[in-house]
Amino acid sequence: MNVAVAKTGSGRAVSDLFTSAEGRLPGSPAVIATRRDAFETYERLGLPHRRIEEWKYTDLRALVGELLPLAAAPDAAALASAADAVKAHAVAGARKLVLVDGVFAAGLSDVKALASEVGFKTLQETLEKDAGLLKTAAVDAVISLNAAMASDGVVLSIADGAQLSAPIQIIHVATAASASAFTRSQVAVGKGVRATIIESFVAAGAKAYQVNDAVILSIGDDADVAHIRLLDDAPDAVNITSQFVTVGANTKVNFFNMTSGAAVSRLQGFITLAGEGSDLSINGVNLLQKTEHGDTTLVVDHAVPNCVSREIFRAVIDDRAHSVFQGRIIVRPDAQKTDGKMMTRALLLSDEAEADNKPELEIFADDVSCGHGATAGALDDNLLFYLKARGLPEKQAQALLIQAFVGEAIEQIADDNLREHVIGIAERWLERRS
Amino acid sequence: MALLEVKDLKVRVEEREILHGLTLTVNEGEVHAIMGPNGSGKSTLSHVIAGKPGYEVTDGQILFKGEDLLEMDPDERAAKGVFLAFQYPVEIPGVATMTFLRTALNAQRKARGESEYSTPDFLKKVREVSKSLNVPQDMLKRGVNVGFSGGEKKRNEVLQMALFEPSLCILDEMDSGLDIDALRIAADGVNALRSPKRAMVVITHYQRLLNYIVPDFVHVMSRGRVVKSGDKELALELEASGYTQFEDAA
Repeated sequence: MNVAVAKTGSGRAVSDLFTSAEGRLPGSPAVIATRRDAFETYERLGLPHRRIEEWKYTDLRALVGELLPLAAAPDAAALASAADAVKAHAVAGARKLVLVDGVFAAGLSDVKALASEVGFKTLQETLEKDAGLLKTAAVDAVISLNAAMASDGVVLSIADGAQLSAPIQIIHVATAASASAFTRSQVAVGKGVRATIIESFVAAGAKAYQVNDAVILSIGDDADVAHIRLLDDAPDAVNITSQFVTVGANTKVNFFNMTSGAAVSRLQGFITLAGEGSDLSINGVNLLQKTEHGDTTLVVDHAVPNCVSREIFRAVIDDRAHSVFQGRIIVRPDAQKTDGKMMTRALLLSDEAEADNKPELEIFADDVSCGHGATAGALDDNLLFYLKARGLPEKQAQALLIQAFVGEAIEQIADDNLREHVIGIAERWLERRS
Repeated sequence: MALLEVKDLKVRVEEREILHGLTLTVNEGEVHAIMGPNGSGKSTLSHVIAGKPGYEVTDGQILFKGEDLLEMDPDERAAKGVFLAFQYPVEIPGVATMTFLRTALNAQRKARGESEYSTPDFLKKVREVSKSLNVPQDMLKRGVNVGFSGGEKKRNEVLQMALFEPSLCILDEMDSGLDIDALRIAADGVNALRSPKRAMVVITHYQRLLNYIVPDFVHVMSRGRVVKSGDKELALELEASGYTQFEDAA
């Protein structure tokens, strides 16, 4: 069955993907109705394909084709194998919140160790009352699909003024092969909060699984927040993640994403600067090999004046892998004195590696400073020769230069344990290079 | 057995022959200076010995401790004891000097089947060597050569030479870009590394450097060949008369 085929007419036919899952999806009858509507939207649109401008370089119909059925809720064996993966991927000192095959696993999580200022619920719990969290802007079909199918997620609220010394790490573990996990989480960050949120995507032996995640992140005024996302999924997995971010006034936000796994991945971030005087920094790193396809698509909306945004995106692309960066900066008519810049740098390690880069500036204000730049190239032969002349074999010389290339982004991570953790992931990626 | 034997070496770059049959023999403990005008092939010789890509050896051979050097990758040559001090050492942003030194030293030791240095042992060794060469610790904390002055870059080359303990050091135009004080410091470092077990090939355009690093032998290169060999007096003679006579001879 190909669920990607768009339905025509006003028929209320829903495909097996939804009907087979419907009985297991949490929520009141009203929530189920919302899900059904969302699924119809998805069915009407179908999986995004290359003729949809935003998905031009990431044709999900061609790359993914069929969507896999909803993963079963994890049993004891799944939780046991997830526990090992959590141990391997936990950042030292972080408070863990674990989702296994799309369902919150209380036994693997540190809910009791969360700071007193952190409110915690599961998505399932909120859906007993209302469907609010399922109602994000339906920008595209994958988001509607997520609203229809989301089985669980974490819902955090960090109280005004909280200074969290320990990062919070949300770990998505896949144990079920050939199945889909749909998760949706919300993090509401209050005024003046200092916090680090980590999201990790890992596999516990599972193969060929699909992840569709949505994150709703709202950050209040005068806050200082770091959000680090580490996609280290199985090499044949699919991961589509949508982030909806709103930033208040005089706030500092540092986003970091590193993709070092998954056959097909897309991170789409919709970030609105809604308060003046804020400073947004986004660092992205794609480490791609074999035939992996990694897409980062960002829309940064300067809705108010006097904000700064910086996007620096680095891709290391080996073999026949394909890296995509699309960055749109919107400057609304009132958003004077906006300073928005993006830069992409691609390191091509093979003749067949591909990098696509699409910057878009939509500027409606007249007193702004915006720009974009891009470079693509191979490793510098002169640097390689210098290292080899000092005794480093070719692969080791390459590895040192690749580490230096992505190191500039990783250096921005303030937390020592977390930075070491990220360096470790990059090193393991380098060891996997053939 | 000679340490280095270059026999009738012919080298092309793209379609042009740069070395037209060069012969040079260097024994342990000797310091050889190779002098010559620009374009005579001095740097080409150093690059070919170190294994830089882009040079095609069409004839002749290079033996190092009796082994065919041209069959080895640059990293294998380094592990065997060949060290090229670059005329223009590259800057490598993002690679800390300490990381680079440890990775390189351990790669060489591993290739030779020796045990790798632990971090504390390595730090101890670097401190010893940098102290003996008056290299400030601050230099080691920065990216490789990043923001270094010309003199600091050359001192970093000498530091590596001291750390890796090669049996053959090739100094490619070590004096270029250095003022007289920087030159003296770098030369002092090189002189401290002279030993009966180690040979040096000093490539230079100017006689000046040879006041500081006094050679046992001087060779004059012109148009891709060694056209005259002698002792250190030959360098002084060249200083007085220039290279013109040899260009005519070649």
